[in-house]
Amino acid sequence: MTDFSRLGVAAIRDGVANGEFKAVEVAEALNTRVAAAKALNAFIVETPEMAVAAAQAVDADRAAGKPLGKMAGVPIGMKDLFCTEGVQTTAASHMLEGFVPTYESTVSANLWKAGAGMLGKLNLDQFAMGSSNETSYFGNVISPWRRNDGGNAALAPGGSSGGSSSAIAARLCPAATGTDTGGSIRQPAAFVGISGIKPTYGRCSRWGVVAFASSLDQAGPMARDVRDCAIMLEAMAGFDPKDSTSLDLPVPAWEAALNSDLKGKRIGIPREYRLDGIDEDIAKMWDNGIAWLKDAGAEIVDISLPHTKYALPAYYIIAPAEASSNLARYDGVRFGLRDLPEGAGLQDMYAATRAAGFGEEVRRRIMIGTYVLSAGFYDAYYTQAQKVRALIARDFENAWASCDLILAPTAPSAAFGLGEKNADPLSMYLNDVFAVPASLAGLPAMSVPGGLDKQGLPMGLQIIGKALDEQAVLNAGLAIEQRSGFTAEAGEWW
Amino acid sequence: MSEYRIQGNTGEWEVVIGLEVHAQITSESKLFSGSSTGFGAEPNSHVSLVDAAMPGMLPVPNRECLRQAVRTGMAINAQINRWSRFDRKNYFYADLPQGYQISQLYHPIVGEGEIEVTLNEKDPDSPTKKIGIERIHVEQDAGKLMHDQHPTMSFVDLNRSGVALMEIVSRPDISSPQEAGAYLKKLRSILRYVGSCDGNMEQGSMRADVNVSVRKPGGELGTRTETKNVNSIRFMMQAIEYEAQRQVDLIESGGAVVQETRLFDPNKMETRSMRSKEDAHDYRYFPDPDLLPVELDDAFLEECRASLPELPDAKRARYEALGLTAYNAAVLTAEAETAFWFEDLLAEGVDAKQASNWLMSELFGALNKLGKTLDESPVNPKQAAELLGLVADGTISGSIAKQVFEIMLETGQGASAIVEEKGLKQTNDTGAIEAEIAKIMAANDDKVAEYRSGKDKLFGFFVGQTMKAMQGKANPQIINDLLKKALG
Repeated sequence: MTDFSRLGVAAIRDGVANGEFKAVEVAEALNTRVAAAKALNAFIVETPEMAVAAAQAVDADRAAGKPLGKMAGVPIGMKDLFCTEGVQTTAASHMLEGFVPTYESTVSANLWKAGAGMLGKLNLDQFAMGSSNETSYFGNVISPWRRNDGGNAALAPGGSSGGSSSAIAARLCPAATGTDTGGSIRQPAAFVGISGIKPTYGRCSRWGVVAFASSLDQAGPMARDVRDCAIMLEAMAGFDPKDSTSLDLPVPAWEAALNSDLKGKRIGIPREYRLDGIDEDIAKMWDNGIAWLKDAGAEIVDISLPHTKYALPAYYIIAPAEASSNLARYDGVRFGLRDLPEGAGLQDMYAATRAAGFGEEVRRRIMIGTYVLSAGFYDAYYTQAQKVRALIARDFENAWASCDLILAPTAPSAAFGLGEKNADPLSMYLNDVFAVPASLAGLPAMSVPGGLDKQGLPMGLQIIGKALDEQAVLNAGLAIEQRSGFTAEAGEWW
Repeated sequence: MSEYRIQGNTGEWEVVIGLEVHAQITSESKLFSGSSTGFGAEPNSHVSLVDAAMPGMLPVPNRECLRQAVRTGMAINAQINRWSRFDRKNYFYADLPQGYQISQLYHPIVGEGEIEVTLNEKDPDSPTKKIGIERIHVEQDAGKLMHDQHPTMSFVDLNRSGVALMEIVSRPDISSPQEAGAYLKKLRSILRYVGSCDGNMEQGSMRADVNVSVRKPGGELGTRTETKNVNSIRFMMQAIEYEAQRQVDLIESGGAVVQETRLFDPNKMETRSMRSKEDAHDYRYFPDPDLLPVELDDAFLEECRASLPELPDAKRARYEALGLTAYNAAVLTAEAETAFWFEDLLAEGVDAKQASNWLMSELFGALNKLGKTLDESPVNPKQAAELLGLVADGTISGSIAKQVFEIMLETGQGASAIVEEKGLKQTNDTGAIEAEIAKIMAANDDKVAEYRSGKDKLFGFFVGQTMKAMQGKANPQIINDLLKKALG
């Protein structure tokens, strides 16, 4: 009997289409795996009946000879930042605990239209703020990975899409949605040895996605290989008139055009990313990546992205600034948590509701964002950060004169242990150092597995491409995937 | 323009006034959502997911609202900014679901323009003054709190939440309550001509924030106060009068004006402090990251310009050229509806002077008596033109026309039908008229003698008697001619 947990998106889609197995069999098998993996805490809500219903519809369509969608029969996990009609949507917050939208996000609706089914809503960092999935109101997500030291320290699955990364790496689902504001798809993918792509800003509609930082938020797929990412991105992307920042462009046939022959492609290696004290294993993986791309026919060029060191500070001004405003709507008036102490007035209700509804990290970022937008500080922080953002974008523009893609590590290290970085928010923020420049510039960027570190933990290689050139990013990802020989898996301890 | 001065103990004071007028843009749907903007609906019946700021909802600009703002800008000869942007104004209030109002602080869609006002628009010799407009920007309205629905709770109605407003900001060029009134009237007229706002102050479609300061004539500008949400022209003038006097009294008694927000109480006819500068919100404005900048192309601007109607000043000049008095031209153009009524009469073939005289005396008088507005007139321009046509072609006299008009107002019948039914047709039968004249002269031989001995004024008596005898239905011109002949 087929072990459906070992099949990826393409394999399930093709198997269902060819009649090798029924979509319902896949859904049921994965429902069972999800139910048995509570120790990972990857899901906030499980929706086995929805996975089965979607699969039955696909099986019925196939039986009736109807054309099947791009994701027909593929059960996926849905990051709990996407509003799902009739299913609780929390952004992993107490604020939205019990909130059941009457509407479906554009991206999730696109996936259901393509024939995917929902296994459940995946845990994440609260309001997508975090790099380790330790800020969720519903508890930490545990990575399925363990260090090779024989210990069983619980490791971070990365964040904010930590439920997504953990579930895919544990083979609870072949793929899941993620969102990436400053690395929230790429860093968790790197931490658990899977692939994930943040497309060009505007490719995927933000409508119905709980907002963190509007000018940066972008949805994307996470899966176990590059092809699966290409398939799922095709299903997710597309112009949406309900999102003013959505790109009015046709969705390319990324999967069909996958090609790992990189002849004629120039790969830029940004010298500013080679930080002092860079992790030895990360540096070595990066060198391997360079060698693999060269082997695939690419030319390697040194490039400079001179404003890189300002990217992280700028990001941690812009993202909290937008968040402080985006999260103002959680006020206890219309939906979600309301904490109304006896005899309280409106201001008291706001204070009590927001103190109770938001976790520490969310409150921290609201405070930072409020501060940097305040009269007297706005120019020094927000305006300055916007200038830096423009310079970062120009760095990339200049780089494209000499290269077509950029290769860098996804994160400065492999996964860390849960609790190891909690005490110091700055060291936690540093995890995003390689990820945020592409976010600030709105460029497509992908993480693919690059190997294991000394502790036996996965590390990710990041490919950054020109705006709208997801194809080149995916192709380079495929070239690495074919050469890295990455087959490591987490042992099934849960 | 007139010099408005407040006489204080220390001498004369000058008043400096600037107005920020919030005008609701006429549009079917809200600024960033598809919800209806209809007035007077059940609470919370015109609320979309976007208006209620549900998680993940995004604003999409309504092109029509931007178009109306641009047309308004063009109507006041303002600079139209081809590139503008929306900003968020952040503050918490229960009537503001997003926790911020989407507005335009840094890059408004319309820049500098001006409006010319006259203190007495009906007096052609009244001096004029140009009031500078600093900007027009587009923003969302908030919802409404209802405090009288429950003993301990306030209710929120979000029907207005997200409705598009234009904020029209004047320069501090206004120097008297009368000028402020003239400015607001003129602005309202322009908005109604353009069709970008219905100007209905009672329903809150237009309201003004009034900035007032005082200074010694020509001196340094004083500290200003802002009186919020004044919703009638009269109240605004009263608020300015009160506030300027209050400031003068305060300064002269050794105090100082504090920069603050005030409210006008129309019952007490006074302003009072709402919050001081220290309590002022820090709105933390920043560009709305959910929205792209607004870029206007040539075709869009072209269409906006082409769709502008003839504006009051141009219309007034044209009416004067048609032979109307300056006074009539001013009255007929003050409101778009009046001008359109008048032009409808012209389109039906009525002579301009006849149309203007009839409108100004007969129609306005009748509506006044009925307590109705022009929009509610029981007689429409086509029906009126029929009546005036009967006068013009001599079918009925002017005095009969008055009678016919009254019947029209009462019954809604057409003029020709009434004339026919009541037998009011004017007679041109010279024989019948001559017979009546003969009888009248015979009965009044003393007056005939007086007339013939030079008392010309008695001619009117004979005209009246003849018309009376003819039951008003004789052609007055013919009566005149025949009387002159008979009296010699």
